[in-house]
Amino acid sequence: MTIEKKISKKTIATETGVSRRGFVKGAAAVTGAAIGSGAITGFPTIWAQNIKDVTLRQFGTGVSNINAVADKVKEDLGFTLQMTALDSDAVAQRAVTQPNSFDIADIEYWICKKVFPAGTMQPMDTTKLKNYEYISKLFIDGKLTPDSEIAQGTAPHTVGFVEGADSVEFASAPTQWMTLIPTIYNADTLGIRPDLIDREITSWADLLDPAFKGKASILNIPSIGIMDAAMVCEAMGEVTYGDKGNMTQEEIDKTIAVMIDAKKAGQFRAFWKSFDESVNLMASGEVVIQSMWSPAVAAVRSKGIACKYQPLKEGYRAWGGGIGLAKHLSGLELEAAYEYIDWYLSGWVGAYLNRQGYYSAAPATAKKFMSEDEWGFWMEGKAAEGDILSPDGKVMEKAGAVRDGGSYEERMGSVACWNSVMDENKHMVRKWNEFIAA
Amino acid sequence: MASDTSKRSSYFLITPMALIFAVFLVIPLLTIVVVSFWDYDEYRILPDFIFENYNYLLGSSVTWSIYLNTLKYAALTWVFTLLIGFTVAYFLAFHVRSLTWQIVLFMVCTIPFWTSNIIRMISWIPFLGRNGLLNSALINLGIVDQPLEFLLFSDFAVVLADVHLYALFMVVPIFNSMMRIDRSLIEAARDAGASGFETLKSVIVPMSKPGIAIGSIFVITVVMGDFITVRLMSGGQSASVGLQISNEIGLLQYPAAAASAVVLLITVLLIVTALLRLVDIRKEL
Repeated sequence: MTIEKKISKKTIATETGVSRRGFVKGAAAVTGAAIGSGAITGFPTIWAQNIKDVTLRQFGTGVSNINAVADKVKEDLGFTLQMTALDSDAVAQRAVTQPNSFDIADIEYWICKKVFPAGTMQPMDTTKLKNYEYISKLFIDGKLTPDSEIAQGTAPHTVGFVEGADSVEFASAPTQWMTLIPTIYNADTLGIRPDLIDREITSWADLLDPAFKGKASILNIPSIGIMDAAMVCEAMGEVTYGDKGNMTQEEIDKTIAVMIDAKKAGQFRAFWKSFDESVNLMASGEVVIQSMWSPAVAAVRSKGIACKYQPLKEGYRAWGGGIGLAKHLSGLELEAAYEYIDWYLSGWVGAYLNRQGYYSAAPATAKKFMSEDEWGFWMEGKAAEGDILSPDGKVMEKAGAVRDGGSYEERMGSVACWNSVMDENKHMVRKWNEFIAA
Repeated sequence: MASDTSKRSSYFLITPMALIFAVFLVIPLLTIVVVSFWDYDEYRILPDFIFENYNYLLGSSVTWSIYLNTLKYAALTWVFTLLIGFTVAYFLAFHVRSLTWQIVLFMVCTIPFWTSNIIRMISWIPFLGRNGLLNSALINLGIVDQPLEFLLFSDFAVVLADVHLYALFMVVPIFNSMMRIDRSLIEAARDAGASGFETLKSVIVPMSKPGIAIGSIFVITVVMGDFITVRLMSGGQSASVGLQISNEIGLLQYPAAAASAVVLLITVLLIVTALLRLVDIRKEL
């Protein structure tokens, strides 16, 4: 879309008094057609000459820092994207303490809640994003479908918008200024070794079943681990919560007390902190039931070891990440960043992420880049007709396989809680340390 | 005049060292001490002068149990590295006669240290695991019928890895001390009718004390500050002071981490001072 077109569109919108939403919708439809016809040129022509010299530095957690994305950016948009993968703690640290060391931050929403108020990032003008309208409603108003319930915790839409261009106050309803453009998200549950467990696993409470004494594990990242612990305690009926995503001191104390008792009784084999650790614990048989991430389950399975991402009756613990702009970005680099972000939503990356077992924030655009069988397997919970390949071409699932947990709606629709930062974070971390030291 | 010049030149000569110490040791340390009195929330550190970090740290039972645990690891590691280090150094210094062989065998001791710390540590995990090499071997030999669970993700595993990692720190200084012992002293002891054990007790051990002290300082300071061995080998189930600091840094709680670091520093300095009280390294070097 050229500048002239953009301007004319805008003029029409103002003249006819169409709401911003309506305008974006119209613009998006046009863009959609443009993508479909392969006529996506992206940026205004004045930038086209020197945009190739732009280098954007992106850092974030390993899950979405994919080199293939950087290569595709170079190919489609012409500029260079440098990626640095860090763990979530380091990401939060760097975003706050070294604001000039990055241009694009790829962070999770609960990290955003901690980081954005520090003022090292700038919100994005959604009117500049042609694909804004395709973003899943989950990230706009928290509802996957109009009648779904909003889950507890730091639901992305609660930290997704700020009041204005220079604001660090999160807005209670969608505004024109978005903190992060959602990129990737998923629903987490327990991973199990079905070959080493001889009964049905149906509840989070099974993590602390004495039958798995010395063979269970939980992740040791306090803000996420406490959620899994809360899911367990709630399922056991030991603790009732007002909001698992924002517990009171008393709720935290009770939860940790249950976990400490379990630890002292020898329930846990180990705690894990990194993706690889969780894979190794499971693959080596040290652990048969543990908190796990979807690609870790895939990694265990790719070794030929049975591993199931077990759906549980209490629902999932969900997480989501997005990309945001550094405060210092301006001029050509800022334009390039907008182009990149818009491109991110345009479908190619979405399809790539879907094929890894995550979800794209704009499913409708991703669909165009996936085969019917792939879409059916990953998104609709249908049995695979042929082998399902990973983005780099390895066989992930044989024909006939069905995704654990079923379709997108089934999985993302039964989220019980989002990863979060609590008001009592300091207290929670101290109690968590007690648990680890106990 | 002459003394003025020499005074000036000695000031000049110590300047580089003093500057390096100031920039890389004194200033960072002072920063840590200052920050330890600051306040913090989830994402910021707030300049302030509060004792809350220390109050919580020193008042919490977690701190005490973590310190106890860390001291336990340090003490056990110290005992085992000392026994191994002393034995190896003794063998090298007194049983191997030719200098060439001493050098060759000494090099052999260092070979494992050419690989990374982390690799040496991680390689224990598949060896000690529930279905690991050792357990499979024991079961196949019929020695046990259930895998031994305590081998991995336990205090045993932590101390084992620590001993493996740091034994060389004990071997080198003790070997160094032993090589300085005048051989005629040992002959004199034998001539005076001392048994091998008596020679060891009254000649070799006292004269190796500086080496033992230096080795002990290395091992104890490293183990007291360690976090990665404890995390990996205990499977994240045990805590150490270093791990606590690392967690706090990870959660952006710099002031709390700084306070922990200050307390740890003081603890380690006390231990080192005590060691130096027992053995005067300067006098015996």
